Amino acid sequence: MDYQKKLLPSKLGTIGYALLGIGIVSIGVSFAVNSHRAFFDYLWMYMFLISIGVGSLALVAMEYLVGATWSTPFRRVSEFLAALIPVLVVLTIPLFFGLHDLFHWSHPEAVASDPILQAKEPYLNVQFFTIRVVIYLAIWLIFFLLFSRNSEKQDLTGDPALTKQSIKLSAPFAILFLLTIAFASIDWMMSLEPHWYSTMFGVYYFAGTLVSAFAAATFCSVMLNENGYFTKKLSNNHYYSFGTLLFGFNIFWAYIAFSQYMLIWYADLPEETFWFIMRMKEGWAYYSIGLVFVHFIIPFLILLPRSSKVNPNLLKVMSIWMLVAHAYDLYWLIMPTYFTDGFGFGWSEIGVMMFAAGLMITVFKYRADRKNLVPVKDPKLQAGLDYHLT
Amino acid sequence: MIKKLIDKLNEINKFDRNADNGERSKKLFGLAALYETPNEIIEAAAVVAGKGYEKFDVYTPYPLHGMDDAMGMDKPKVGYVSFIFGLTGMCLALLMIGWMSGIDYPNIIGGKPFFSLPPSIPITFEGTILLTGIATVLGMLVLFNKLPKIDSPLNDTDFMRNVSSDKYGIVIQTDDDLFTEQDVKNLYLSTGAYNVQEIFYRESNLTTKTPLFDKKFISAIIGTAVVTAVVTYFIVNFVLYSTVPFDWMWVQPRIDSQSPSTFFPNNSGMREPVNGTVARGFLPYEYKGLPDSSVKLLANPLAVSKEVLERGQDRFNIYCSPCHGYFGEGDGRLKGLFPKPPTLHSKKVKEWTDGNIYHVITNGQNVMPSYAEQVSRDDRWAIIHYIRALERSKDASEQDVELAK
Repeated sequence: MDYQKKLLPSKLGTIGYALLGIGIVSIGVSFAVNSHRAFFDYLWMYMFLISIGVGSLALVAMEYLVGATWSTPFRRVSEFLAALIPVLVVLTIPLFFGLHDLFHWSHPEAVASDPILQAKEPYLNVQFFTIRVVIYLAIWLIFFLLFSRNSEKQDLTGDPALTKQSIKLSAPFAILFLLTIAFASIDWMMSLEPHWYSTMFGVYYFAGTLVSAFAAATFCSVMLNENGYFTKKLSNNHYYSFGTLLFGFNIFWAYIAFSQYMLIWYADLPEETFWFIMRMKEGWAYYSIGLVFVHFIIPFLILLPRSSKVNPNLLKVMSIWMLVAHAYDLYWLIMPTYFTDGFGFGWSEIGVMMFAAGLMITVFKYRADRKNLVPVKDPKLQAGLDYHLT
Repeated sequence: MIKKLIDKLNEINKFDRNADNGERSKKLFGLAALYETPNEIIEAAAVVAGKGYEKFDVYTPYPLHGMDDAMGMDKPKVGYVSFIFGLTGMCLALLMIGWMSGIDYPNIIGGKPFFSLPPSIPITFEGTILLTGIATVLGMLVLFNKLPKIDSPLNDTDFMRNVSSDKYGIVIQTDDDLFTEQDVKNLYLSTGAYNVQEIFYRESNLTTKTPLFDKKFISAIIGTAVVTAVVTYFIVNFVLYSTVPFDWMWVQPRIDSQSPSTFFPNNSGMREPVNGTVARGFLPYEYKGLPDSSVKLLANPLAVSKEVLERGQDRFNIYCSPCHGYFGEGDGRLKGLFPKPPTLHSKKVKEWTDGNIYHVITNGQNVMPSYAEQVSRDDRWAIIHYIRALERSKDASEQDVELAK
């Protein structure tokens, strides 16, 4: 296959650096003004980046595991986004300076006077927490390096054995991904309210992760395809699959989110319901109802017809929409612990999200400049380009 | 019998509409062409569709990717049917839940409102999916595939035999506006058809009546349904439900009343009420076992009324009259089987307060046992009213007679 490498426009890099710069300044000012709030904003951004980075790696593993061919032409998009993982390792460090700001259970005096926290102490303590976070990051980093090494090596050699090796890697990663993403969400987000528990929380975050990672892959792939970065244009069949999977992952999120809500609503136990009551107070009530519309009802109705699944412009809008919806969802999960009196949103929240967007663009551009945008010698590439649905 | 069946089957197999007689060739259905490879048929379909033919169809042994596009088929519209029925199913399910739990049979479950949205969502979801699924399949079959199509001129032709095994065929019908035999033949040959044939048929040979409403078919369906229902009923009731654990809960791991249990220290399965417990509708009798004189102050709580007197008469006739007689004169029906009680019309009884009589009924006196178990508190007071009425009737004054009229 003759592949002419085409560089991404340098304007994209400028935009990325600009957003990154504004974001860093904003975060710096925010820490100076109100470090308590800044740590919550930072955690929000951090979780969003985990969703995109680790979720993208999971999509790569999923392609190997199920033997998908249709996604091979744009698998690199997810691989580039997964390059957020090494950055995430660095981004984790500041959070450890804010453990006392974020987590009630990290205060020994609070634990001493609270029998529930005492019972949870063997799990929720700073040492074990740190060990777990290091384990998650190590697993993600190792698999990211292995997957991208295999994929890049194949660009040179075209050795089908490398695909086989990646398939073997993806099986353990599928299990480890589910475990790490679930426990990471429990550690970073559920433990913000250490009295509360939901056995579905890990699955809930996992569902959101898949939607957002897939939305990011969809947006980038459609953009790249329209500007002719792939060796052969993707067809309506690819678009239809993008639309269907975006739609399907979104319904899966709604299913899990509703299941969690209904079980807690039904049991009506005070130690579970208070978490939802926090999100039904003051301005948060409108925000919570808005979540149902933003994350489920509106995208469901828009993506339902076949015609909208093959419409590239609508796909771009909807994938950005789903990314925003995931950020909206994470804000709903994290911020009520800080804004206990009612909903709040301000410049510092916009600042961290600009940082996140800038970081994603920069990382993507950085990888795209150095690697091939298409896995040129992947044995499944031709089948993926010729992919036919009907 | 088996031999007969085999003969019959052979007869059916031998039937060939091509072969019956020359009359069949009166009408031309269309021109058919056969191709060797799937690529050829996709190209041919694209050419035929490109020339503007509309009444044609492609027959392949298995679905071919890309055929929809090649034939220039419209995007399937069955989705609209699914959507409309999905909405209908959603509304119906919501209405059903709302009506059942909110209006028809409101029940408090777990302190929740009669009707609320969260527990209704799963059923709404199921209703939506159910109607969507059924409507999609039926809509596809009936509206878009135009089934049940009873018969086609292509049935039992060599063409059909080929395309249902290993060849790929296309048929352009004669009623297409652009159809001319020569054009179509040339078109087929130019696209690489290895065989072009005419499909003839005779209208009288085509089945037009749908067998769906055939009496035999309908009765077979009903018969099957009835037999299935009856058999299922018996199997479920007598085979399944008579075995553990489907035994209508006849066998239960429970402690019946009056049976022993090692669970409690005194090995009794029943628990005794806490000391001082008063059963519903019963008041303890304070004067139990005390002498008559102590109850003089006890007054009849019931006001005299027709209902009370009738109730008193009823109870008196049942419980008191066997010994005391219907008029309280001590002339009961037991005829010496039991000592005759003194008359209730004595001066002593007349001078007693109601409380005295109540005490006697409740505690018993001399040979008379306590009637507290048989006659309820209110009934005892009603009986006393009736006894008073009996006493008054024994020597009624002129006034009383006037009042009774």
